[in-house]
Amino acid sequence: MKILTCPMNGPRNINEFQCFGPVKNDPDPATTSDADWARHLFRVDNSRGVITEWWRHVPSNYFFLAERNATTNEVIRTFTPQDAEARP
Amino acid sequence: MPLRLLKYAFSRDYPVTGDIPATPDLKSSYDVVIIGGGGHGLACAHYLSKYHGITNVAVLEKGYLAGGNTARNTTTIRSNYITKEGIAFYKEGVQLYEEMSQELDFNVMFSQRGQLTLAHTEATLRSFHLRAEMGKHAGTNIEVVDAQTVKDLSPHLNMDEGGPLEIMGGLWHADGGTARHDAVAWGYAAQAARRGVEIHQRTEVEGFETDQGRITKVRTNRGDIAAGQVMIAVGGMNYDMAMRAGVELPIRCYPLQAMVTQPLKPWLHTLVSSVSLHTYLVQSSRGEIVIGGGSDPYQLCSTRSTLDMKEHLSEGATHLFPFLQGVRLLRQWAGITDMTPDYSPIMGASPLKNLWLDCGWGTWGFKATPVAGKYMAQTIANGRVAPILEPFTMERFARFELLNEMGATAASH
Repeated sequence: MKILTCPMNGPRNINEFQCFGPVKNDPDPATTSDADWARHLFRVDNSRGVITEWWRHVPSNYFFLAERNATTNEVIRTFTPQDAEARP
Repeated sequence: MPLRLLKYAFSRDYPVTGDIPATPDLKSSYDVVIIGGGGHGLACAHYLSKYHGITNVAVLEKGYLAGGNTARNTTTIRSNYITKEGIAFYKEGVQLYEEMSQELDFNVMFSQRGQLTLAHTEATLRSFHLRAEMGKHAGTNIEVVDAQTVKDLSPHLNMDEGGPLEIMGGLWHADGGTARHDAVAWGYAAQAARRGVEIHQRTEVEGFETDQGRITKVRTNRGDIAAGQVMIAVGGMNYDMAMRAGVELPIRCYPLQAMVTQPLKPWLHTLVSSVSLHTYLVQSSRGEIVIGGGSDPYQLCSTRSTLDMKEHLSEGATHLFPFLQGVRLLRQWAGITDMTPDYSPIMGASPLKNLWLDCGWGTWGFKATPVAGKYMAQTIANGRVAPILEPFTMERFARFELLNEMGATAASH
């Protein structure tokens, strides 16, 4: 089994987690064109290198971020959104 | 075919003739360059050369023929989709499989034994009614059957009466079937090669040169080539390949795993799949039980297989057929699927004038091999997207005209 380290619950079996996909920044509704909205909705970071994703520890419903290599599946680090602001 | 077989049987030395010629030198220019030597690319080459008289065609394959997702899928052929656009397209796909061995003069071992999808809940059964009525309306062979009929169709099934996974009924798709994946690709390759199509194995496309919205050059590891028209059909690599041409596809890559057991005597006479257990089974002509399921739970560009999925698939398979418990696994493998947001493929035009897409096949590409090849060839030959492919345009996302086929894939995702 693969282990993912939750910032709150510590190292757990990855089956306890749900992936919510790469982080996207919400565009400004006032200035964004329809085409850019469509792109925002349907385009997802599919690069082969390190991607930053939202994950949830399902039993505790705790959301956090993870940096993971999308080719080797190596998890570089897991952190909270507050950590992300402190160390972008 | 029968005459040739008879002649071969009576020949003294059983001569072996290669169907696919050795890779020739690259020419400096081709009318059509097809990137990807899998089923789809080779089918397109066949239809271009046989029905449109276009033979100055190069099929470029970075590895060996049909070594990607054509070799890694679980060869289910069916048309039990839910959107009318999807059903029309896949229905013709099934019909083309019925005629394929004759068309290609190559036995693709098509076995139309029917697909049985199991419902373990009332809710699933209700969704099956919708799918069956959509299918009947479009003229496919599909019906909802009760538990007794399920039992008659597949007597070895554990009906789990009174249990949490009791089988309440099923969706019986008599048109469903399976074929030999290598034979499909080799059949198309042999036919195309006979008409002059060049098949270049171990030829990797590294990039493109574009000018005024057209591809002018395809850069490969064996030199640059000029191309009139270019088609991308590289399965799990579609996203990366399109990016090399500056085209951004709404695709995410997920591994899809499958496995086979040791060979057994023939006993599983239909394709059986369970939506709740995310498991499907089919017995190959070699006797192996091919077991597949849903995609991996998170995106990854890797063909590694996992113990998790092996456990999950074994659990589903042994629940449905408990006597499989003592049976050993022979192989486990994975392919990279290129999933679109609406679980329908992307076919047709791209932002570049002479670049055509045959992408986003996710977990359902094999069954579409002949029909995608036929209409992509028509599209390339006429320079205009074939009407049957229009709903599958990449533009549908910008117009919010999605084709939701999430529930119609073999194992729900």
